Amino acid sequence: MTNRKVNVVIVGAGAGGGVVAKELSLAGLSVVLFERGGWVSYDDHAGDELLSQRTTVLGNSCGPDDVRYRRVLITADGNRRIVLPSESDYHNIAACVGSGTVTYGALAWRFMPEDFRMKTVYGEIPGTTLEDWPISYDDLEPFYEKAEWELGVSGDDSQNPYAPPRKRNYPMPAFIHNREASMLNDAALRLGWHPFSIPMLRNSVPYGGRPACIRMRNCIGFPCPVNAKAGTQNTVIPMALASGNCELRTHCNVSELIVDEYGRITGVLYFDETNRKQKQLADIVVLSASATETPRLLLNSKSRFFSAGIGNENDWVGRNLHAHPYPRAFGLFDHDIYDDFGPGCSVAVCDFNHHNQGIVGGGYLSNSFIRMPYAFTTVRPPGALLWGKEHKEFQRNYYKRMVEIHGPYQEIPNFEQRVEVDENVKDFWGIPAVRLSGKVHEKNLEGCKFMAAKAEEWLREAGAISVWSSPGMANGVGALQHQAGTCRMGNDPKTSVTDKFGRIHSVPNVFVADASLHVTNGGFNPVLTILALGYWVSKYIVNEWNHGNKFKS
Amino acid sequence: MNKTNAFSRRKFLWLSAFGSGSVWFFSSCSGNQRLYLFFTDEESSLVESLSEQIIPPDKWPGAREAGVPEFIDKQLFGPYHRFQDIYRKSLTAIKEICQLEYSGKFEELEWHQQFSFMERMEAGSISWKAWTAKEASDFFALFRDHCMQGYYGSPRHGGNKNYISYRMLGIDYPLIIGQNRYK
Repeated sequence: MTNRKVNVVIVGAGAGGGVVAKELSLAGLSVVLFERGGWVSYDDHAGDELLSQRTTVLGNSCGPDDVRYRRVLITADGNRRIVLPSESDYHNIAACVGSGTVTYGALAWRFMPEDFRMKTVYGEIPGTTLEDWPISYDDLEPFYEKAEWELGVSGDDSQNPYAPPRKRNYPMPAFIHNREASMLNDAALRLGWHPFSIPMLRNSVPYGGRPACIRMRNCIGFPCPVNAKAGTQNTVIPMALASGNCELRTHCNVSELIVDEYGRITGVLYFDETNRKQKQLADIVVLSASATETPRLLLNSKSRFFSAGIGNENDWVGRNLHAHPYPRAFGLFDHDIYDDFGPGCSVAVCDFNHHNQGIVGGGYLSNSFIRMPYAFTTVRPPGALLWGKEHKEFQRNYYKRMVEIHGPYQEIPNFEQRVEVDENVKDFWGIPAVRLSGKVHEKNLEGCKFMAAKAEEWLREAGAISVWSSPGMANGVGALQHQAGTCRMGNDPKTSVTDKFGRIHSVPNVFVADASLHVTNGGFNPVLTILALGYWVSKYIVNEWNHGNKFKS
Repeated sequence: MNKTNAFSRRKFLWLSAFGSGSVWFFSSCSGNQRLYLFFTDEESSLVESLSEQIIPPDKWPGAREAGVPEFIDKQLFGPYHRFQDIYRKSLTAIKEICQLEYSGKFEELEWHQQFSFMERMEAGSISWKAWTAKEASDFFALFRDHCMQGYYGSPRHGGNKNYISYRMLGIDYPLIIGQNRYK
């Protein structure tokens, strides 16, 4: 059976791909949206801590599975190791319709204006690839707003003097704090900081035909049982499907882009749900498969026209892989803090995102999500025994008396932390696997230590009787769910992969719409920026299309 | 029990799974009272004692009563298939070291002797034939994690029997406010 040619193929039904599918199909273009996983629900694994997307020791509840997927990791000391998706070194993102937006914590941050011009603000830093974005906060502002209203964000900027300027308020009121967050809110005020309730892609009141949050204990790592958490799977993707112009093909693995005899990109090759190799032709290809899988696809698409992979003429595809080190501090209290009012993570300060003496960038600090019992077994003060009688007593005495403050430090990217493909290791379909190598640049350490010290200060002010901290920087590849930067956008084709509209410099009809585009990753969870970039890229495509540009060279 | 016996026992269990309920009754009479698929009888009693060192009984039950050994046994035929070799090799080494040093089994040692043995394993200051010091400390870390998963993880996987750890920590299950279904 041959597939009918369509206008657009989108690879990956996550944050970026979901938005692009909706925008293009509602604009009248015919779309095929590929997803390697399927639809998932809370009931598949309920509140199972060991089989979730947060703690994956028995597997990823929302994929990918350990049977068919592989990656290669080059460790900091140069050893080569094959890693499975259930291991943290795989740096996995969920393989399901909605992807990370199904199981994320749903923090809905806009980046700050400074985050788009890091080189201008902090200067050139030797050994790193710190750079300005080719677009500004003002360019992206309308698209942030669109994401906030179309998916639904609960929040209130009025208590945050560092919030970037906005034209329209959030569609839903902010979440109220539980006992832990209230206590921290008061402590931050005493320190002269500016605490506020974190904007969330989660309904504080009914919105978009979905109910309000039921304040469960487990949220991050799990699909929401009542759909109060907004993801592309319960917002824009259903809108795309309802348009009649979008076909979603689940359980399909796209292996490479098709290059014809004239060097033009004419579509993609993929393995369908019965593992048969198929072809899908299209005028335009949009890659939104994540900052590890998008470069993999480009690098696996080698031909005589693109000997190093598509868009890789200057060896920038897969470079600048980065995410966020997570500096953190833990505090123990002499009274119960835990009140079982989930999911936690609601109070933050942006006092340390920028303009810290002697520090490049920074990040927000907040309380963390409720920690499940197994995850708590490794939370111990330095030197404490991790097993035995003492360990069990600690678990019992402090499970409800421990508070964690953490935040994502804006990573300074470097050229050597990267995604490649490994010809010797292949997945179930025979597609060369991702190989990750490099390490988080040492220049990040002082910023992490600075933030960890601020986190300690916050806990002490709140009354913690014992406090300890960690800079939270990986010794080796740091990527995980916030992975970004591998198909950097820029004005100069020599030092970037795509132009400012996400189009690959060297080909007219291939776009990227995911965190691969990020030049830098902000001191924030990146999802709202990925969604906004999806709208940004889509607007350009639709505009050009309606003006007769069919993206042919 | 040697390996041949282990296989015959496993086959017996496999057969009994398709037989009548009374067969299960007889199988539980063969020494150890619990049903294991991967561990031999000898290994399982060793694993039970090792796990009790990781999570000892106090006013709340220890690892054995919470079903931690069964949890591990079950996972070794599932997601932890890849750890079968390191378990078999390590358990054999522990058995042989105890035989040499104490002329007995780990299970029969005094509590403080077991504890110091665990400490040596954790520190990687123990090795035996092909079982290197690094393998000893790696196995300890792996086994520690597996015990914690069995004790503190979801009861769906064979551990945390009767929600023991959830009760101990004072958290309701399932995880929706106001719905405590222990009773």
